[in-house]
Amino acid sequence: MNVHEFQAKQLFAQFGIAVPKGKEVKNVGAAEKWAAKLDTPVYVVKAQIHAGGRGKAGGVKLTKNRAEVPGLAKEILGKTLVTHQTGPKGRKVRRLLIEEGAAIAKELYLSLLVDRDSGWPVFIASTEGGMEIEEVAAHSPEKLLKELIDPAVGFQGYNGRNLAFGLGLPAIEPAIVNPFIAMLGNLYRFFMEKNATMVEINPLVVTHDKRLIALDGKVSFDDNSLFKHADVQAFRDLHEEEPLEIEASNNNLNYVKLDGNIGCMVNGAGLAMATMDVIKLAGSEPANFLDVGGGATKETVAAGFRILLKDKKVKGIFINIFGGIVRCERIAHGVIDAAKEVGIKIPVVVRLQGTNAEEGRKLLAESGLNVEVAADLWEAAQKIVALTGKKRKKKEEAA
Amino acid sequence: MSILVNKATRVVVQGITGKEGSFHATQCKAYGTQVVAGVTPGKAGQEVEGIPVFNTVRDAVKKTHCDTSLIFVPPPFAADAILEAAEAGIKLIICITEGIPVNDMVKVKRALLGKDVRLIGPNCPGVITADECKIGIMPGFIHKKGRVGVISRSGTLTYEAVNQLTNLGLGETTCIGIGGDPIIGTGYIELLAMFEMDQETEAVVMIGEIGGDAEDRAAAFIKENIRKPVVGFIAGITAPPGRRMGHAGAIITGGKGTATEKMKVLEAAGVHVVQNPAEIGKTVEKALNPRGGV
Repeated sequence: MNVHEFQAKQLFAQFGIAVPKGKEVKNVGAAEKWAAKLDTPVYVVKAQIHAGGRGKAGGVKLTKNRAEVPGLAKEILGKTLVTHQTGPKGRKVRRLLIEEGAAIAKELYLSLLVDRDSGWPVFIASTEGGMEIEEVAAHSPEKLLKELIDPAVGFQGYNGRNLAFGLGLPAIEPAIVNPFIAMLGNLYRFFMEKNATMVEINPLVVTHDKRLIALDGKVSFDDNSLFKHADVQAFRDLHEEEPLEIEASNNNLNYVKLDGNIGCMVNGAGLAMATMDVIKLAGSEPANFLDVGGGATKETVAAGFRILLKDKKVKGIFINIFGGIVRCERIAHGVIDAAKEVGIKIPVVVRLQGTNAEEGRKLLAESGLNVEVAADLWEAAQKIVALTGKKRKKKEEAA
Repeated sequence: MSILVNKATRVVVQGITGKEGSFHATQCKAYGTQVVAGVTPGKAGQEVEGIPVFNTVRDAVKKTHCDTSLIFVPPPFAADAILEAAEAGIKLIICITEGIPVNDMVKVKRALLGKDVRLIGPNCPGVITADECKIGIMPGFIHKKGRVGVISRSGTLTYEAVNQLTNLGLGETTCIGIGGDPIIGTGYIELLAMFEMDQETEAVVMIGEIGGDAEDRAAAFIKENIRKPVVGFIAGITAPPGRRMGHAGAIITGGKGTATEKMKVLEAAGVHVVQNPAEIGKTVEKALNPRGGV
């Protein structure tokens, strides 16, 4: 789960990591009121959306004049920001962070995540703060420092010294070496205690008055650990999620919306991805990823149908089930009942394989529903692409 | 021969009195696996389909000499169960549980480091040696003793590949689901090395997906160490970056871990890369008979 910058900063502050004085506001009046309480040479107005690249998209504004804060707040609130991380539709700004600016002497980069190879937490740090870290990695990888933390003993002073001296901090500002090492320890404690999977501070700034401040903050939390943290769960912002994905998760389905027009429903995540891939190979584009889980039932299939049909781009549905422990004739009954219940007017291809697959296919073929059945994955993908393609052609001819 | 498990493997099922645990313990036993014990704290003395239940893995090991554990314990308690098995002297731990907190797995993986124990999973379908021993939730009947080893991050997609191998008459030696989580006990490399040594295995299928760099590291290893043909498929060529595709580990971050990139790296290492998952079996057949003969 991702959280907003202001939420990340609230948590940082709880763990002793310095952040600028700031407050989240939802309207211009609140922005004005809060700005009046700040005593700072520079005021910062930042759009709060779950995506990077806000600055370039016009979602971050600075002013030395307090009187300009309401105007800037008005300009950004309600605006739809399109960044490299939002997709072409962009994200609507509903919240702002109003905070004091910092007199920046140097920008650093710092992140903490789990290294998948070793399974150990790893700090990544660089003196090239403020830039996209992928660019630093591509152009000057020697400027990225990594420090693995042994989870058996946790963060140690030497880990901090390796990074501080490795980055050349004494030459940048000797007074921040020890605060930097202490901050790493706090960040590690935060990461482990709150079950974060990724923390990124970019930039981490050294100010002219020799302070170390997290000027930005991006945190992702482990979904599997949310049950331990009510405070983190409360940070969930449904506006940042696709409505169909919320409905799917309420039905215990795993759904990700994509841009194509063939809806697919599959049991198992790997097979679901592979099914999307064969749709593309057959010449069309998948409308979604949908994993109905190992044991597809009538209820999950019906919920899946409803979600797929709410996506108006969907012109055909491809159901691909590999019946392992679940028997295919049961799945066939589920599909028949669900299809009757939901009422489906677009082409459907069902591919059944595994336990009692033949029986399942026979049931579907004799159901009287407008459903094509298939045994082979490639044959099924070609069928659904042909069925949806024909319709499009007819429409074009009619037009 | 085969790898990891065979007719002699003695299995304890942790979480055997739960709905999933009892169902799959019974299924594994019916396949011919020696399921000799079960563990559920507080339920010692009970039986599940004739399998004796113990309070602790330590008791189960003492009484039944089990050497392999199959875990169905719910996510908040699964790390504890893995560590209990390791401490009790179990040599192979297969953890099916999906949804274990990442930090729990960080600690487990560290605790197992340097110990004489192997963990498969978590969040995996398990391990099967065709016609000998099934330790997991895969449908046994699609497997047939044969020539091909299978290593996969996925569940049902593995069944898809196995089904193709069986239908073509190639059959399998051992099939391992390594798990869809970011932190897993055993990766491709160790298993590839075992298949290379296994006399029955003539080719290996590796099924990967987007996210992480496990396939890239496996590619480098294959290039240097594996002489048997390897057929590879990577799921998720249509997956968008930044979105988790079902598995916790299946996510493209910072432009890294795309299917296209992984396929390229595998191809460069001499792996027979399959674009179409419907052609995994056929590609193995070709790789085993490059001239079309038998």
